[in-house]
Amino acid sequence: MSTSWTARVRKATLESYKPEDLLPDTQPAYVASWIYIFGVLTIAAFVMLFATGLILTLEGPAWWHGSGVGHYFNSMHLWSVELFFVFMVVHLWGKFWMAAWRGKRTATWVSGVIAFMASIITAFTGYLIQTNFDSQWISTEAKDGFNSIGVGAFFNALNTGQAILLHVALLPLLLGGIVVWHIILIRRKGVVPPILNDINIDGGN
Amino acid sequence: MHTAIINLNHPAHYFNFGSFSISAGNLTIIVSMIIIFGIALFLPFPKSHSDKK
Repeated sequence: MSTSWTARVRKATLESYKPEDLLPDTQPAYVASWIYIFGVLTIAAFVMLFATGLILTLEGPAWWHGSGVGHYFNSMHLWSVELFFVFMVVHLWGKFWMAAWRGKRTATWVSGVIAFMASIITAFTGYLIQTNFDSQWISTEAKDGFNSIGVGAFFNALNTGQAILLHVALLPLLLGGIVVWHIILIRRKGVVPPILNDINIDGGN
Repeated sequence: MHTAIINLNHPAHYFNFGSFSISAGNLTIIVSMIIIFGIALFLPFPKSHSDKK
């Protein structure tokens, strides 16, 4: 057996994932419930966030503050993030109460937790770059908060340039990567079965 | 100038319960999420087309 890193990466990726698992066209019968759609709704809202954010990035603050079309896309970005978090929290509640970490799905659960945390941080940096009195208020309050816990020297919420780069460049890329990782893990292990069903099959492990 | 459906140009309204307080906006969102969660659990899901084959 080859011990080269290329062979190990190939076995861990291409040979571990069958195309029919990555892009399935059927799901188990228990997936036919509205509670199972909130993950994909979260992704749909994320796509809308990405698209509207891209347009806001291309046009800039003077446009989204000063024109009707700019207001429209600014509002689309706001309502997309509202729905993004609503869908994600309902998804989280659903997965919590069905104990979705069962069946060796710990990594799937943990990747979802990391995606949730990364989303909150990304949203906070979005507050900082609205370029209005709201972001001015939030950034000065956040600066006091960071100073009070001793990290003010490392992260300055008043540094608009840093906040813009975090919100527009780094964090969406990181979050996108985490979401892809989360989806691949779901595809690999499949959707978690209902608890009673799982107990009947393999004793709940 | 664009007018919003709901006038938001004023300080947020807060509900106070002793030491706990919450804004009307946040309370609305949380209650909405609980209602959506309940509907998702109990609303029947339409049968898939493949069932008819």
